[in-house]
Amino acid sequence: MSEIGPKLGRRSLLAGIAALGAGACTKISESDAGQDLIETAEAWHRTAHRSLASRQALAPEYSVADRSPTFKGNGSVSVDDGFYQQQVAAGFPDWKLEVRGLVEKPLSLSMADLRALPQRVQTTRHDCVEGWSAIGEWTGPQLSGLLDAAKVKKEANFILFRCADTLYGRVYYESIDMVDAYHPQTIIAHALNGEPIPQKNGAPLRMRIERQLGYKQAKYLTAIEAVASFDQVGDGNGGFWEDVAGYQWYAGI
Amino acid sequence: MSTGKPKHSLSTRIWHWINAWAIIVLFMTGLNISNAHKYLYWGDYGFNPADAWLAVIKFPGWATIPQGYNLAVARDWHVIAAWPFGVGLLFIWIAMLVNGHFFRDLRTGLRDWTPGAVIASLKAHSGDADGAAHSYNPVQRILYGMVFGVLLPLMVLTGLSISPGFEPAAPWLVDLFGGRQSARSVHFLTAWAIFGFFVIHIGLALIDWRLIAEMITGGKREAAAPPAPEPEPLPPIEGTPEHV
Repeated sequence: MSEIGPKLGRRSLLAGIAALGAGACTKISESDAGQDLIETAEAWHRTAHRSLASRQALAPEYSVADRSPTFKGNGSVSVDDGFYQQQVAAGFPDWKLEVRGLVEKPLSLSMADLRALPQRVQTTRHDCVEGWSAIGEWTGPQLSGLLDAAKVKKEANFILFRCADTLYGRVYYESIDMVDAYHPQTIIAHALNGEPIPQKNGAPLRMRIERQLGYKQAKYLTAIEAVASFDQVGDGNGGFWEDVAGYQWYAGI
Repeated sequence: MSTGKPKHSLSTRIWHWINAWAIIVLFMTGLNISNAHKYLYWGDYGFNPADAWLAVIKFPGWATIPQGYNLAVARDWHVIAAWPFGVGLLFIWIAMLVNGHFFRDLRTGLRDWTPGAVIASLKAHSGDADGAAHSYNPVQRILYGMVFGVLLPLMVLTGLSISPGFEPAAPWLVDLFGGRQSARSVHFLTAWAIFGFFVIHIGLALIDWRLIAEMITGGKREAAAPPAPEPEPLPPIEGTPEHV
């Protein structure tokens, strides 16, 4: 019986060490060194992904038969706004997408303008940060075409996506760098599975940035803005969930 | 009789403790991440709980890192701990092949997989007070072989498969597992298989603290056993020290 004492002691010690480690992670995360490590890892993952594949490497595309029967709506599933509701009912006749910021020729495009541009159709998998996936066929013009038409200035380092929806009282937004902005699969989708995008999935316009997680795929798009830095936008972390929940800006993992 | 060589080489010991840290962080952050969507699917897609093959429980805060739901922090540490885990696995494989640990202790032959060999090693285990089995028995070889050769590599490969940014580099990897949601399911199942090993491993190590000490100091490797003396009658105690 005398054995039990020390054994329990060792077990408690191990449990203690594990708990210490567990608590320490949150503490370390909040420290400057922890934050540096997390940010370094994030930048390294972006570099590693783009070195292993090419910068323009495509995300897998599926056949129409591989699509999921429905496409989950998550986060904002509508826009609580009179103009938006009136536009939904009418089929978005007056919806405008602005291309602005560090560009030589700002643009303001109607839905008809966007549909008249060369279109890319891609059946891709949408991966939510939570873990689930859905597959759908998206149609829309490539972002690169719009950026070229607007003549993006050299000083621009990021493309910012402005959205109509609000969540927890904040306006949604997102941002990507120029590598993803000029990626062939980065499109401004206006159709999902051959139909105008449903409200829950971001009607009338949603970004597709296929090598990153769902929270980068900004919905209810109103403007595309070329910027040198996003430090002054929102809380300065480059996106809604980055600001609100601390998600990583590079969402390739 | 000692050979002068440590029972556990320095490379094994360093890897063991770094990997122990990494596995604890990966497992406990993994449980936190699981709480974000508690359903597992087979195939490429899956989001509807009705299609799930398994509805996972919500893991309590004490079992997760951090201690309460926080997907951002859990993911931050999960992908950081994945580096020492993945690179460490590559390192220990190279070390084991170079220093002979693999060929000496882990490689199995057909005769190790027979029921007779398994029963014999289990029997040898119960009763050997000072751990004469310095060369690993068939059960140890099979278990460690499964962990090093199957479970740990599976964690790295399924983990990579879940990453949409990595996928363009090796789309065949995701196909190999039958789609991203299948890879995610295998990731989850393998994590629990490793947890099962971890429980047995810790349980057996805690029976004799010297085994843990040896994984720090290295211990002493016994020379090849001389002709066995008559076995002495063993004191009637249960659960004898041995590490698996």
